[in-house]
Amino acid sequence: MTAPQAIALQVNGERVEAHVLPRINLADFLREHLKLTGTHVGCEHGVCGACTVRVNGEIVRSCLMLAVQANEAVVETIEGLSDSGEISDLQEAFRARNALQCGYCTPAMLITAQELLKVEAEPDRDQIREHLSGNYCRCTGYQAIVDAVEATAKARKNKAPRNRDAGRAP
Amino acid sequence: MKAPAFDYARATSVAHAIALLAEHGERAKVLSGGQSLMPAMNLRLLAPDLIVDIGALDELRGIKTQGDVLSIGALTRHVDLQHSGEVAAHAPLLKESITHVAHPAIRNRGTIGGSLAHADPASELPACAIALNATIVVRGPQGERRIPAEEFFLGIYETALSLEELLTSVEVPLPPPHSQHYFCEFARRHGDYAIVGLAAQAVVKNGRLTDLRPVFFGVGDKAEHVQVPALLNTEVTRETLSEALQGLEQALDPPEDQQASRAMRFHLAKVLLARCVAALLSSPDLAAGASA
Repeated sequence: MTAPQAIALQVNGERVEAHVLPRINLADFLREHLKLTGTHVGCEHGVCGACTVRVNGEIVRSCLMLAVQANEAVVETIEGLSDSGEISDLQEAFRARNALQCGYCTPAMLITAQELLKVEAEPDRDQIREHLSGNYCRCTGYQAIVDAVEATAKARKNKAPRNRDAGRAP
Repeated sequence: MKAPAFDYARATSVAHAIALLAEHGERAKVLSGGQSLMPAMNLRLLAPDLIVDIGALDELRGIKTQGDVLSIGALTRHVDLQHSGEVAAHAPLLKESITHVAHPAIRNRGTIGGSLAHADPASELPACAIALNATIVVRGPQGERRIPAEEFFLGIYETALSLEELLTSVEVPLPPPHSQHYFCEFARRHGDYAIVGLAAQAVVKNGRLTDLRPVFFGVGDKAEHVQVPALLNTEVTRETLSEALQGLEQALDPPEDQQASRAMRFHLAKVLLARCVAALLSSPDLAAGASA
């Protein structure tokens, strides 16, 4: 049974079939097997949050999940979220406010922040900090990250009514 | 680091999982949400030969009210507890405690069964299970056993589960009328393991405690249920409370570690119990002077 196991999953919209050793975690599978290196590996024991990805629509630590556990799952990484344009406004807000320096924590920060913005249209700063509390950043001091998430939430909220108005225009 | 090599078996039923555990004994470890097991394996603190993955056993998932108990399947995740209407209605202590368990990404994978079977002395759910007077249901080759939470936790990472048994569900008795709860913990950062924490379930009638089950965690080898008879069925004064707080010096045996000294843990435990009683009796004066 230490032999590679067959798994089939969907990664960023594409079906992937592979044989993996049971000990390979999802983060290493994404990075080493699929060459999706936007998922970063920091502490490898679930503390730093740098390896955060989406599995079946929910954020998880990919260092604390075996690749074999992702069998039949839908996995989305920063590459997928980036390419689809889902978080382009959030990425732009991070850039505009210097919410990243070395960038190591950034992919996971973006994925985690996006999860909050999906359920909470206008989170206050405490809610943002609470939701990002499992993601370490050693550069920014977090202030600019919270600013960027807050600004994105406001911009998305303002955008919705304007679109409706535009629809009514002759 | 990364986990050492191991064999992997995906259990197809509870019976299959139990058969694997019975066959492999100490060599095997059950994988549920993996949020404690995987870090331990990545840090090479644990190196099981076989991982029995129970993640596909849907029969172990779900929350339902059956008669006078709230039954929670072992694979129910922290996030499910957090958002369950039944948990909010019948075991609000659990709902409140979950917000202190690590972080959202961990709560999306971690399970109640995994947390209880892991029995970390600083984790929230074992203390809540004892405070709620829950029953831990386990199944093994000889059938089912029902173990009171009070008797389930034996020490650091040690429980009454035998090697071939699987924790299948947790049953929480529906609370009697006038039930209240209290939960608070001190940690260095939000989501960290508690330095000292307190989960309590109580019945409060006419400004008096008729029942109080305070359970401390992070203060010893396991969650500690402290008896406080002097606070029951009486008007609690600052004097009676003060005596009860003093009693914690005998009831608890907190460790000293890099997070806190023994004296600091005693102090924080007293602060928590004072705040707990003050909150339950809506009498903020009782906690006056109990500063952390």
